[in-house]
Amino acid sequence: MDMLELTAVQAHEAMAAGELSAVEYSEAWAEAAAGDELNAYLWRDGDGAIAVERPSIAPVAVKDIFCTEGVPTTAGSRILEGYRPPYTSTAVRRLIEAGAPILGKTNMDEFAMGSSNENSAYGPVLNPWDRGRVPGGSSGGSAAVVAGGLAPWAIGTDTGGSIRQPAALCGIVGLKPTYGAISRYGMIAFASSLDQCGPLTRDVSDAALMLSILQGADPCDSTSVGLQEAPRLPDRENLEGLSFAVPTDLTGHDLDSGVRAKFDATLELIESLGGTVGEVGLPHAEHGISAYYVIAPAEASSNLSRYDGVRYGMRAEGSGDVIEMYEATRAQGFGPEVKRRIMLGTYALSSGYYDAYYGQAQKVRTKIAADFSAAFADFDFVVTPTSPSVAFGLGEKTADPLAMYLSDFFTVPMSLAGIPAISIPAGLAEPEGGGPQLPVGFQIAAPAFAEQKLLDAAYALEQAIAFDARPSGAPYGPQGFKKRTGSDEGGGDG
Amino acid sequence: MTGELSGILEHVDRIGELDLDGVAPTSHVVELENVLRADVPHESLTRDAALASAPDPVDGAFRVPSPQAEG
Repeated sequence: MDMLELTAVQAHEAMAAGELSAVEYSEAWAEAAAGDELNAYLWRDGDGAIAVERPSIAPVAVKDIFCTEGVPTTAGSRILEGYRPPYTSTAVRRLIEAGAPILGKTNMDEFAMGSSNENSAYGPVLNPWDRGRVPGGSSGGSAAVVAGGLAPWAIGTDTGGSIRQPAALCGIVGLKPTYGAISRYGMIAFASSLDQCGPLTRDVSDAALMLSILQGADPCDSTSVGLQEAPRLPDRENLEGLSFAVPTDLTGHDLDSGVRAKFDATLELIESLGGTVGEVGLPHAEHGISAYYVIAPAEASSNLSRYDGVRYGMRAEGSGDVIEMYEATRAQGFGPEVKRRIMLGTYALSSGYYDAYYGQAQKVRTKIAADFSAAFADFDFVVTPTSPSVAFGLGEKTADPLAMYLSDFFTVPMSLAGIPAISIPAGLAEPEGGGPQLPVGFQIAAPAFAEQKLLDAAYALEQAIAFDARPSGAPYGPQGFKKRTGSDEGGGDG
Repeated sequence: MTGELSGILEHVDRIGELDLDGVAPTSHVVELENVLRADVPHESLTRDAALASAPDPVDGAFRVPSPQAEG
């Protein structure tokens, strides 16, 4: 079989057994990546700029928000055009040390602000399932390369859904770990109390392997604590003894009928696997979007003040004084969404409005976290659709920022609570208004640091869902439905 | 953009209707306090590396336009 059909776990096992040449495998992926027609890569490592001593893990596509020494790192922004950082982020360093070559840097919404990848200064990424539609965001490039057969797996960042939502819209697996599981060092900051690195992969087993490489406390990020135990590959066969809660307050939300049908069908599958499904109230989760769009812009307005045209990045040329230089640099360097969030954030933090906006939002955050704690006292997991709709058309929501923000409705509450959540493909559904079928994501959230339990349950459910569709244009794609085989068998056509 | 910002603030304003008196604000979700590192010197970026990406480095420093407008 074609070696690019292997999942990252299968490739890792084959390389360890001496059945697959790591060099040939990496070169084959570099060639596949060079065929990018989705505008998904901003930079590809064509000539080995990033040295990996002994390749032994599948090569990785890295969201362009991770500083990588000597390699362009833009965060999707004009203001960092041409920037080559003097150091490497901990996440990328861990990948390199584990023996994973870096395929390239993937396109993204500018500074991770967006849900469609249309806010990139370098043009939108196209969804491999339908090139007239968005891949989701902000890790849209990382999702598109995995779904489109341009990388075996990828890393992204999730602040309010930026891993899970594009994974859902592209038909792959996306995991946002517990806040603090993975170091943020060298990950360009958007909203520091929410930002978290995580894997975008073909299947749940690959996500577990990637998490085991990335996780861990890091002296360079004092908020990182790591997981108590490195995750092992999931192997749960059923869901017996596990309970899943559907939030009553969230599912009444504006939901595509096709997404609802897949969600309901997945709940039935959970029961057929021996799991129980109940309802739970998360009364404050509906205020998640409001709280998030105060807290995240407030933190962003502080974080982004570092871009001033002095130490790195672009500087607007002009003859004015230093204040005029700052203003012109930011006016030219930042895109409209970033400016919108900086203005919202500075307003929310300004004297006289601080308590009403920022202070109140932080209290809502406390209540949302408490809602989840109460739910987890009675249930093992909370489940929702990942996105209220399948992938929407390019340009469909750009005129209405609030409509775009509301597409994060199901993912933001978990971010505010800091808990882990995974999106797995639940099947395909027709978009509202008709058209070819597109992927639907199913989100499972667990208590903080319960990643292993989450991955095990997601794996059991993934096997039962047996999602085996792939974009028609993609040479290689998700193989998640295939049960991992023992070492005495090949990758197999299950 | 003014209209867009007003629309967003209108949505956000809904949290003002919640009675959250006495609720402690959350600024950080992981329970951590006083994370300290060992007080040991270690290597950091060299001056050259720190200046390498600057738009206008000069004599080992960052140069900016004059803070005072020219008269």
